Amino acid sequence: MSDKLHEVSIEVNGKARPGAVPARLSLVDWLRDELCLTGTHVGCEHGICGACSVMLDGEPVRSCLMYTVQANGHRVTTVEGLAKPDGSMSILQDAFCETHGLQCGYCTPGMLIAAQGLLNSNPNPTEEQIRDAIGGNLCRCTGYQQIVEAVQLAAERTK
Amino acid sequence: MLSTHGDSAKLIAGGQSLVPMMAMRLVRPAFLVDINEIAELKFARTERDTARIGACLRQSVVERDGALATRVPLLRQALAWVGHVQTRNRGTVGGSLAHADPSAELPLAAQVLGAKMILRSAKGTRTLDAEEFFSGPMSTSMRPDECLEEIHWPVWSEKRTGSAFTEIAIRHGDFAMVAAAAQVALDAGGRCTRAAFGLGGAGGTPLAFPKIAARLLGAKLEDKAIEDAAGEAAKECDPGSDLHATKEYRRHLARVLAGRVLREAHAKALAATR
Repeated sequence: MSDKLHEVSIEVNGKARPGAVPARLSLVDWLRDELCLTGTHVGCEHGICGACSVMLDGEPVRSCLMYTVQANGHRVTTVEGLAKPDGSMSILQDAFCETHGLQCGYCTPGMLIAAQGLLNSNPNPTEEQIRDAIGGNLCRCTGYQQIVEAVQLAAERTK
Repeated sequence: MLSTHGDSAKLIAGGQSLVPMMAMRLVRPAFLVDINEIAELKFARTERDTARIGACLRQSVVERDGALATRVPLLRQALAWVGHVQTRNRGTVGGSLAHADPSAELPLAAQVLGAKMILRSAKGTRTLDAEEFFSGPMSTSMRPDECLEEIHWPVWSEKRTGSAFTEIAIRHGDFAMVAAAAQVALDAGGRCTRAAFGLGGAGGTPLAFPKIAARLLGAKLEDKAIEDAAGEAAKECDPGSDLHATKEYRRHLARVLAGRVLREAHAKALAATR
């Protein structure tokens, strides 16, 4: 494996972020270690837990299963990009607080990305659709019920 | 790259299987050739009796494609069981087929329908039937210098066609312990004119049972005929035992699930008015 660096330019949360990265640097490691966007969490590092979910061109993907070079020229949204421009919480984030949709918070960034991805494409999801959308994200605290309630509440408030 | 470096170079498409395997150090390719940005590999075209899909088309794109769902309904039915939203947004159709996990959904759908795989190397192209393509657990008959370029899915033109897919896994989105898929076509009198079914997770490759399915031709597909076919398929398959399920349990699932998809496909064919 080579130490050669590859130039990339990736739009992260609306801003162009140029960089030079080794070919095998995962996207999540770049976001956290180079850009200091530590909101995106690293969990299992092999695509099971969903903690590292980010949006790539608006669609939720796992950032541990992508190399940074593969995001070159694409748009990435992390959990930091969900807040309103003034830094206050989004409707979905507020809903998570109100319904106790988080306890330890480890899964929360991934849950928010998965849920926001759903709401963007389907503003009125059924409970089953919500459960399907967060089905690839593991939470060991909440039992998922409050997370489902949070997404339902956010959907109602977005109407 | 592939012809120069052989097995030490790997194509990477969606990476939803390859990257986990690399993370666990199960594979250590010296070279990765990323084919994600090749627009020519991302298309879907339905022709009269074939739906052609480019190998690098994302699974989520195929899932949303209404024309494909009408012409090859088994595809959308199988994709509903593939991983999760995040993995389908990145994972590709060709990647899943080339990875050739014997319990995976798309390889089973390809095997049941008899999809054709178009392979390309620097020397030219050749076509393999699904049956020749899947050669064992996680292995295919592709040569080290070949790339899966395109998949041709047969379109059944009979008006009364029905298909079904189901599986049992520990949790939805996990690897299937056993998966089953079926497609049947009926004539105006309700007699079977064409039938195909198969099982995943029940052997070293996805399995189709053309000989057993042929015996259903001309029949009304009442419960007895379906139970017999499912029973014979379960006898013929050779599942393994592991942490998640014993050989005996898998064989039991094979019989139950094969029966279930055949009944469901039959019911849909009876109701079909396309």
